[in-house]
Amino acid sequence: MLHIVNKSPYERNTLESCLRLARKGSKVLLIEDAVTAAVRGGDFAAKLGAAMELMEIYALVPDLAARGLKDRVLPGVRLVDYGGFVDLAAENKPVQSWL
Amino acid sequence: MSIEVNGKTFETDEEGYLTNLADWSEDVADIIAKQENVEMTPSHWEVVNFLRKYYDEYQIAPAVRVLTKAIGKSLGPEKGNSKYLYELFPYGPAKQACKIAGLPKPTGCV
Amino acid sequence: MTDFEDYGDIPAKRFMFVNRKAPYGTVYALEGLEVVLISAAFDQDVCIAFMDDGVFQLVKGQETQTVGMKNFSPTFRALEGYDIEKLYVERESLALRGLSEADLLVPVQVMDSAELGALMAEQDVVISF
Repeated sequence: MLHIVNKSPYERNTLESCLRLARKGSKVLLIEDAVTAAVRGGDFAAKLGAAMELMEIYALVPDLAARGLKDRVLPGVRLVDYGGFVDLAAENKPVQSWL
Repeated sequence: MSIEVNGKTFETDEEGYLTNLADWSEDVADIIAKQENVEMTPSHWEVVNFLRKYYDEYQIAPAVRVLTKAIGKSLGPEKGNSKYLYELFPYGPAKQACKIAGLPKPTGCV
Repeated sequence: MTDFEDYGDIPAKRFMFVNRKAPYGTVYALEGLEVVLISAAFDQDVCIAFMDDGVFQLVKGQETQTVGMKNFSPTFRALEGYDIEKLYVERESLALRGLSEADLLVPVQVMDSAELGALMAEQDVVISF
């Protein structure tokens, strides 16, 4: 399944809850403020690194770029554009958009 | 919109449902029933009172399917069916009876 | 009002409603409950998951008169009459908030994150509130 998260883990527990529930083989897509989780050296990057051993983590490039974070992404995070976002949503069922 | 009962005015929404649950009385029910062309008999009151009890317990007006089942369970299968309830309230037991019972429009009524 | 009983051979889909917000502070909890009640009219396979602050929605003894809001917690007890009987609560969320199953106003199935995550992955549709 695909999990989509749009809240910064530094403000909300959404990503933390998502990673707690997400099973091995799931995909997690970070969009909007959630892309802050993917910043190399950030507190949350370690948790993301651990999660990456079980699942694929994606981040939306336009949201990273808008925040000046495009070149600061933790290695292993897969970068997608809007087309990639659509492909992920179309190819993975079900989709949980975390609020 | 509003209705007038014994010289007092009570507010309703545009479909005629009472705005304030606490405004309800049997006299108010009689007036709403008249507007709906329903002549209240003991059988009608039984359903209306059942609905008020249901609302008091669960804080919602039940969908018609749920009302039918609940009535069947507590008043017997001869009353817990659509035919019986639609005969009493031709425009729909949930919508019409809820209005007379002073409840909001049923949730889950699509 | 129509009963949607005759769907022919269209199989029911599995729906999970995920509740993660405490009641009253925002409208999510109430809106989520209304959507669940409406979904019952379509005879689908519905379950509700409560996790994070969503577990506060089910706490017994809510009294809302003094905050001027409607106490909608009794409505969770009506779900059984709507044939919605699968209520799942995440054990970790309860524990973190000092709550246990005995504090809840309806019968639920308490399960750990992994179990709840597995159930989520099995759904056709997951909707968040």
